[in-house]
Amino acid sequence: MHSFLYRLNALLTFSLTILAFICGMASFSDNFNTPSPSVDLKVLNVNWFLKQYGNDEVSLTFSVEADLRSLFTWNTKQIFVFVAAEYETPKNALNQISLWDGIIPSKDNAKFSTQISNKYQFIDQGTNLRGKPFNLTLHWHVMPKTGKMFADKIVMSGYRLPDEYR
Amino acid sequence: MDWQGQKLAEHLMQILLVSFALGAFVTGYIVGSFQLMLLIYAAGVVLTSLFTVPNWPWFNKHPLTWLEPVEAERHPKPEKPVAPVGKKKSTKQK
Repeated sequence: MHSFLYRLNALLTFSLTILAFICGMASFSDNFNTPSPSVDLKVLNVNWFLKQYGNDEVSLTFSVEADLRSLFTWNTKQIFVFVAAEYETPKNALNQISLWDGIIPSKDNAKFSTQISNKYQFIDQGTNLRGKPFNLTLHWHVMPKTGKMFADKIVMSGYRLPDEYR
Repeated sequence: MDWQGQKLAEHLMQILLVSFALGAFVTGYIVGSFQLMLLIYAAGVVLTSLFTVPNWPWFNKHPLTWLEPVEAERHPKPEKPVAPVGKKKSTKQK
């Protein structure tokens, strides 16, 4: 009893218990952060719009202006963001198509503005897109260093696809 | 390590670890650096283990004093009984 190894074992188990506890506290401290992110998404141009293999396909150029700095706390590892086009069809109440995504590794990169054409193809399941109103939504997933991952979004509505293929 | 030393070592270990954890958390939260918190706490664990795990002389200040072996002298051990006859396997035992 109470040998060198016994004391080492007691110290290691106790220190790991405390480590788990302070990680829990760090995760809990995120609750005191009230983020106020701002996002602006604009459709700048419809590059082309056609029907391929029976499905509507669009290429858009859009701008993303976002300030997500307030989402970062001391317990944030990184933030995953993606822009999705969302619209309703007779068959599905909600269609979500991811157009662009990115990983924000630090607070310094959290305020950005960029102009891009869609990184991933915007293809409908069918031919519902002519004259279709749609939303552009910026989703984000906050990945903390310890604790639970959480997600939120900002919806920008009032966009409309052209009435004819071009 | 004697009895008092064991108690001291255990208490010292718990107090040091908890206070290092508190210090690390508060510093990390104020500075806003998770990494700093982990570094301070890791340093605390290393220091604590250096302080309380080896058998330092300050854990041996209350040595146990045993009673004089009077009782043993008063009742000397009986002589070893003679081995019973017919045990051939006894050579195998060691």
